[in-house]
Amino acid sequence: MGFNFQSTWAIYTRELMRALRTAFQSILAPVLTTSLYFIVFGAAIGGRMPDLGGVDYGAFIVPGLLLLTLLSESTSNASFGIYMPRFTGTIYELLSAPVGVAETLVGFVGAAATKSLILAAIILTTATLFVDYSIAHPFLAVGYIMLVAASFSLFGFILGIWADSFEKLGIIPQLILLPLTFLGGTFYSIDMLPDPWRTAALFNPIVYLVSGLRWTFYGSADVNIWVSFGLTVGFLAVCVGIIAFIFKTGWRLRA
Amino acid sequence: MSETILEIEGLTKTYPGGLKALDNVDLSIRKGEIFALLGPNGAGKTTLIGAVCGLVRPSAGTMRVFGEDLATNWRAARARIGLVPQELSTDMFEQVDRAVAYSRGLFGLRSDPARIEEILRSLSLWDKRKEQIRALSGGMKRRVLIAKALAHEPDLLFLDEPTAGVDVELRRDMWKLIGAMRERGVTIILTTHYIEEAEEMADRVGVIRQGRILMVDDKSALMSRLGRTEAIISLVEPLAELPASVAALPVTLTQDGRQICYRGGDGSGKGKAEVAALTKALTHAGIDFDGIDIHESSLEDIFVDLVEEREAGAA
Repeated sequence: MGFNFQSTWAIYTRELMRALRTAFQSILAPVLTTSLYFIVFGAAIGGRMPDLGGVDYGAFIVPGLLLLTLLSESTSNASFGIYMPRFTGTIYELLSAPVGVAETLVGFVGAAATKSLILAAIILTTATLFVDYSIAHPFLAVGYIMLVAASFSLFGFILGIWADSFEKLGIIPQLILLPLTFLGGTFYSIDMLPDPWRTAALFNPIVYLVSGLRWTFYGSADVNIWVSFGLTVGFLAVCVGIIAFIFKTGWRLRA
Repeated sequence: MSETILEIEGLTKTYPGGLKALDNVDLSIRKGEIFALLGPNGAGKTTLIGAVCGLVRPSAGTMRVFGEDLATNWRAARARIGLVPQELSTDMFEQVDRAVAYSRGLFGLRSDPARIEEILRSLSLWDKRKEQIRALSGGMKRRVLIAKALAHEPDLLFLDEPTAGVDVELRRDMWKLIGAMRERGVTIILTTHYIEEAEEMADRVGVIRQGRILMVDDKSALMSRLGRTEAIISLVEPLAELPASVAALPVTLTQDGRQICYRGGDGSGKGKAEVAALTKALTHAGIDFDGIDIHESSLEDIFVDLVEEREAGAA
């Protein structure tokens, strides 16, 4: 069975156009929020904090703050992307078109991930205004950012299909993802935590993401880079499997 | 006989709650025809369309479109099917021309601004092409949905209540448009609550109730078979009994002998001829009358009779 490139391109470009149409909400708002974090934690408080693992505190929080935005924006972009057609009823067009799970995923998830990557580039550029930082493994950093953006866009896609109300759409990102990210070492190293909190932190999956990205920036992290990488790829694979199952059964898509 | 473009056999849809929306439906649609599917609310019309278009997962049965099995070769089949849904479901913030171009791309066709322009002009949407869909009236939104369904040049088009909620003038425009699509060779299946619409446009009519197809027939054959003429003749003086010269006709005395009621014919003009013969016979017999009210049964009358008859039979 073939892959319909034209259909994929149509979905992808339309989703990106939707982001441009709502540029303030999609791009400016997260950049402004992240900039405020840099000002408060990086420039204002960071100057009074000790170096962490030989890295200036302001620079130390760059990967974590980047990830904070990446996770929430990838999830919300993809979840809104598929939830809105379900909510408004325009999903009929997608379901009646000659497109399958592959085209739908590449279109919707690809667009959501692309938006996240554009955001990441803007945030990293903006960060240079507030803190000095360098990237030890730039190619790995870009690759890891892409991997995280794709994984959480897939996760958001599942969320957008699962949710049957705007309230449910917001529950996971705001009540689970955001707290886990804050507690996942965004603003600190988990080595700073006393036991048993340090051990407890290892059950937070976001710790591995933050740690993995921080390793690509500074060459050192709380957990082994390959553990972080493996868990992220595993999460991506599980999300793809769930979505394939959803399309096969038509769960919440077809009556 | 024309080539069959859609062949449905044993189509059944049972929802998880146990509701059987479609019950062993068999239906064949011929290439190039306009087929009107009539039925009361909840009869299964939209479910039937949804099953062919991929919105509903059938519980049993087979569907072949253009000779392709929909269960296996759905990509090839769906690329040639268009759907105008009943609900006004559009991306309200999207521009009209972009929305139509998106539909074309979604169905796997390359961008073709000339074709999009042709579609928008044919639907009187060209002047509105740069407007957001939310700014349009209900009727214009309905046109946008039709434009989107036509963007990939389908050979088979489903119109689910295409004129619901639109004014009389726009409804007439839609009928013209549907006629023009048929001229181009598009096969059209429409559901409608306006039986007048089916009477005006359809080549064949199907009646569905409680998920079962009650009958499918050519519209003219149906009208001829089930059509009736009703005439009420008001008499100047009441009659005690009918004259022998009209006894062979299907007539009765009503209103204490002040009216003669004729019910007969077959929708082919036989009824009118018999009413004319009746009036001549009355004149010949010296029976004076001062009014004639004659009514030919419409498709709506036939539809209502048919559905009520089945309901009475089922009770």
